[in-house]
Amino acid sequence: MPSRTVSHGSSGRLRGLFLVMVLVFLESSVFTLAFASSDQHSPTTAHSDGHKATDHGSHNNTGKAFPVLDLNYENVRVPFEISLWVLLASLMKLGFHLVPHLSNIVPESCLLIVVGLLVGGIIRGTGETVPPVLDSKLFFYILLPPIILDAGYFLPIRPFMENLGTILIFAVVGTLWNAFFVGGLLYGVCQIGTESSSILSRIGLLQCLLFGSIISAVDPVAVLAVFEEIHINELLHILVFGESLLNDAVTVVLYHLFEEFSGIGTVTLVKGFLGVISFFVVALGGVLVGVLYGILAAFTSRFTSHTRVIEPLFVFLYSYMAYLSAEIFHLSGIMALIACGAVMRPYVEANISHKSHTTIKYFLKMWSSVSETLIFIFLGVATVAGPHDWNWTFVTVTVILCLVARVIGVVGLTFIINKFRIVKLTTKDQFIIAYGGLRGAIAFSLGFLLEKDHFPEREIFLTAIITVIFFTVFVQGMTIKPLVELLAVKKKQEAKRSINEEIHTQFLDHLLTGIEDICGHYGHHHWKDKLNRFNKKYVKKCLIAGERSKEPQLIAFYHKMEMKQAIQLVESGGGIKLPSAMPSTVSMQNIQPRPPTKPAAERAIPQLSKTKEEEIRKILRTNLQRTRQRLRSYNRHTLVADPYEDGLSDLFLKKQKMFQIEKKLKEMNTYLTVPAPPPDSPTMCRARLASGKHTDFKPDQVQKGNKMCSDPQAYSIKPALNKVPMIQVDLASPQSPDSVNLLDEFGQANQQEEEEQGLMMKPPSRPREGKKPGEEDEAKDQQKLMRCLSDPGPSADEDEDGAFLP
Amino acid sequence: MGSSSSSRNKIPNAQELMDQTGFSSAHLLRLYDRFECLDRDNRGYLRQDTVDFSSFVRILAHFRPTDRNRNKEGTQQELPNSRTRKLKFAFQLYDLDRDGKISREELLQVLRAMLGLQVTEEQLQSIAERAIQEADLDKDDAISFDEFKKSLEKVDIDTKMSIGFLK
Repeated sequence: MPSRTVSHGSSGRLRGLFLVMVLVFLESSVFTLAFASSDQHSPTTAHSDGHKATDHGSHNNTGKAFPVLDLNYENVRVPFEISLWVLLASLMKLGFHLVPHLSNIVPESCLLIVVGLLVGGIIRGTGETVPPVLDSKLFFYILLPPIILDAGYFLPIRPFMENLGTILIFAVVGTLWNAFFVGGLLYGVCQIGTESSSILSRIGLLQCLLFGSIISAVDPVAVLAVFEEIHINELLHILVFGESLLNDAVTVVLYHLFEEFSGIGTVTLVKGFLGVISFFVVALGGVLVGVLYGILAAFTSRFTSHTRVIEPLFVFLYSYMAYLSAEIFHLSGIMALIACGAVMRPYVEANISHKSHTTIKYFLKMWSSVSETLIFIFLGVATVAGPHDWNWTFVTVTVILCLVARVIGVVGLTFIINKFRIVKLTTKDQFIIAYGGLRGAIAFSLGFLLEKDHFPEREIFLTAIITVIFFTVFVQGMTIKPLVELLAVKKKQEAKRSINEEIHTQFLDHLLTGIEDICGHYGHHHWKDKLNRFNKKYVKKCLIAGERSKEPQLIAFYHKMEMKQAIQLVESGGGIKLPSAMPSTVSMQNIQPRPPTKPAAERAIPQLSKTKEEEIRKILRTNLQRTRQRLRSYNRHTLVADPYEDGLSDLFLKKQKMFQIEKKLKEMNTYLTVPAPPPDSPTMCRARLASGKHTDFKPDQVQKGNKMCSDPQAYSIKPALNKVPMIQVDLASPQSPDSVNLLDEFGQANQQEEEEQGLMMKPPSRPREGKKPGEEDEAKDQQKLMRCLSDPGPSADEDEDGAFLP
Repeated sequence: MGSSSSSRNKIPNAQELMDQTGFSSAHLLRLYDRFECLDRDNRGYLRQDTVDFSSFVRILAHFRPTDRNRNKEGTQQELPNSRTRKLKFAFQLYDLDRDGKISREELLQVLRAMLGLQVTEEQLQSIAERAIQEADLDKDDAISFDEFKKSLEKVDIDTKMSIGFLK
C-alpha cells in the first residue's frame, strides 16, 4: 500500500486538490443558496425592490456615477439556483468516483443522501431555513419522468414479456398485501399499544391504510440505483425492476382511494367495488395512453429523414406528453411512459439515423442520471428541513412491519407462482427479491402531498417514511452486494449475442410454435407468433419508412454486428491480429485435398497496412449499404433492375477501389482467401441481362442467369448435399498459373452441378453498364471464366463480397 | 382408476412409453386423444405412415419442461427432456443428412426456410458464413454437436424448448 501511494503521489495530489476544490465550491454554493432562500420570503418585495432600485438609479442618474459594475441577483435567481443544484449534484457524482474505494463499498445513493444531509445541515447551521426542495410538483413532473423514460425505452422486452405474469402478480397482489398488512397491523398497534401517546390512538384505520399504501410500493429509482451496481442476472433484475414499475398503478389507485375515503369518512361496498374498477381503468388506461403516443411517435419518425437533427426531440416530447396526459386523468403516468417508450422503440430505431439513436441514448442516460442524483440529494436536504415528529413506537413498528410484510409476501406469492412457472424461483431468488424491495423518493413525495388539515399526523408519517427509506437504502443497499457474493447468486452475463444464438433462437421459436400447433395448445409461442405476423404485415408497413419495413430481424441484427466489428477493426488500428470471429478468414472452400494450405492461408493473416484497412472499411461500408439497397430491387414483380439504382457515387467509389486493389494485389504475394464469393443474386443476374448488350457473356452464364431468374423458388430444400458447390476463390495475382490450374479441375467438377441447380454461388461479373473500366474488367473476367468457371476475377470479387477481410 | 387403466389399454406399450418419456398416464391419454384427432383417417399413423403414436409421444417428450430439482442420477441423461437431449433434437433438425455435423449448406437451407424471399442469397451466405465462423472451433467448416451445444450455452434451452402444457 505505501509503495502504491508513493508512486501515485502526483495523481493523488491532483485528486486531493480536486476534492478540496469541490468542497470549497460546495461551501460557496451552499451559502449562495442560503442567501437566496432568505430572499424567498419576500418574492414580491424583491421585485418591487428591484423596481425601486432601478427607479432610484434612474432618479439618481444625475447624482451618481454610471454604475460600471452592478449586482443584480434577482433576475437570475431561479435559473441560477437550479443550475447550482445540478452542478453540485454532478460534481458530487464525479467526486465519488475519484475517491478510490468508496464506490465499491457504499452505493451511490447512500452517498448522495449523505451529501444532501450535509448540505441541509450547513444551510440550517447558517441559520437560514432550508428551502423545501423536494416539492412534489417538481418531483413528479420534472425529476421522475426522465428516469422512468430511460427505464422504459431500454426495457428488455423479451425477458419482461416472458415473466409478465410473475411481475404482475408481485406488483399487484404483493403491493396490495403489503399495504393492507402494514396498514392494518399498524392500526392495531396504535390502538392497542400505547395509551400514553394519545396521538397514535387518534390515527384512524383509513389513515393507517393510506400510510400503508404509500410505504408499501417498491421504488423504481432506488431499485435502479442499487441494482445497477450489483449486476445480478437478468431474471431477478427484471422481476424486481418490473415490479417496481408496475406497482405504480396500484399505488396511485390505493392512494387516491384512501385519500377520498378518509376525507369522506364512510366506506361502502359500492365504493370498494368502484375502487377495484378504477384500478383496471388506471392501469389499462395508462398503458393505452402510452401506446397511443408511442404509435404517434413512431409514425412521426417515419417522415424525419430530412430533418434528422430534431429526431430525438420527438422521442422525448411524445413520451413526456404521454406522461402528462395520463396524469391529467389520474391514470398511471409511469405505466404510460413505459408503454410509450417500449412501443415506439423498435419502429423509431428503424427510422432514425445512427447519430440520432446515439443522441437519444446519451440524453436519456444523462437526464436520468442527473435526476437520480438530484432526487437523492434533495431527499437528504428534505430530511433536515422537514418538520419532524419522531415517535419511537410508530417508526420502529413501521420498519419491522415493512420487512416482515415483504418477506411473507414474496414467499407466499412465489409458492403460488412456482406452480405456473417453467423455471422455478429458488429460495435464493426469493431472498434477493424480498431484499431488493427498496423504498424511495416516491413514497416521500406522496407523503409530502398529504394535506395538513386532513391529516394532522402528517409529520409522523413523514418521519416514518423517511426512516424506512433510509433504512432500506442504507442498510439494504449497502449489504446487498456482499450478500449477492455470499449467496453466489448468478450474475449478469455479458450481453454480446452471437449470431448463432440469434439464428438458433429464432429457429427454436418457429419450432416451438409448430409443436404447440401439433399439441393443439395455444401457448406462449403461438400468441407471440401471431403478434409477430400482425406486426410484420400491418404495423411495420405503416410505421417504418421506406424499405426497412421489410427487413427481417435477423438481417438487421447481422448488419449491426458487422458494423460493430468494422468499427472495432478500425479503432483497434492496423497490425493487430484480427479476432477469429471475423467471418472472412475462413475460405468458402470445402476442398479436402487442400488441407495443408488451408490452415496456412487462414493463419497467414498479414499485417494490415493502413491503406488496406481503409479499403476494408470502405468495402464493408459500401457493401452493407448495398445489401440494404439490394432489398429494394429484390422484388418478384420487377424483373428489370434499374441499373442506376445504386447511385453513381457508389460506382465511382468502386472504380477507385478497384484500381487501388489491383495495384496492391500485384505487389502482394500473400495468399489471401476471400470468403463468400457472392452468388448471383437475382439483382445481379437481372442487371446483367439488362446490360447484356454491352458485355459478352458466356452462354452458360446467361443460361444460369435465365434459370435463376425464372425460378427463384429453386431455393427449396435440396437433398443432394454432395453437390454443394464450394468454391475456392484465389486472390493470387491473376498471372499466376498455378492457382488457376488447381482450381480448374475443381471448376470442371462444379460445372455440371451448377448447371442443374438453382443455387448460385458464382460471383457476379460487372453488373454495371456503360462504364468503360468496368467493361475492361469484364472482358478480363470472361477470359478467366473461360479457364475456370468458378474463379472470379479478383477485381470483381473484391467489390461484391460481403465482409471482405483478409 | 379403473377407467384410466382400461383406456390405457388402448395405447400400445403404455407403461414402456411412460417410463421412457416421463409422461404421466393422464398426459399420455391426452396425447393419445390429440393423436387420434390429428389422425383423421384413423390409420394409426400420421404423415403418410411415418409417425405412429409412440414416435409422436417420444418426440413431444423432448419438450417437457426439465425438472431441475431432480437429483442427478444416471437416469437424468436418458430422459428425453434433459437439456442435452433437447439440444440433440434441435441439432437433428438442422443436420439433415445425419452425418453429425451441420454443414454450411444445411445451415443455408434452414436460413432460407426461415427468411424466405425477404433476403438476397448473398446476405444468407454472409450470415451462414459468419455463423459457422463463430461456432466452428475445430475449423472443419461445419458445426458439430458439441460446437452447437457450446454456442448455445448462454441460451436457456430448458425454458426455450419447453411447453408448459406437457408438464
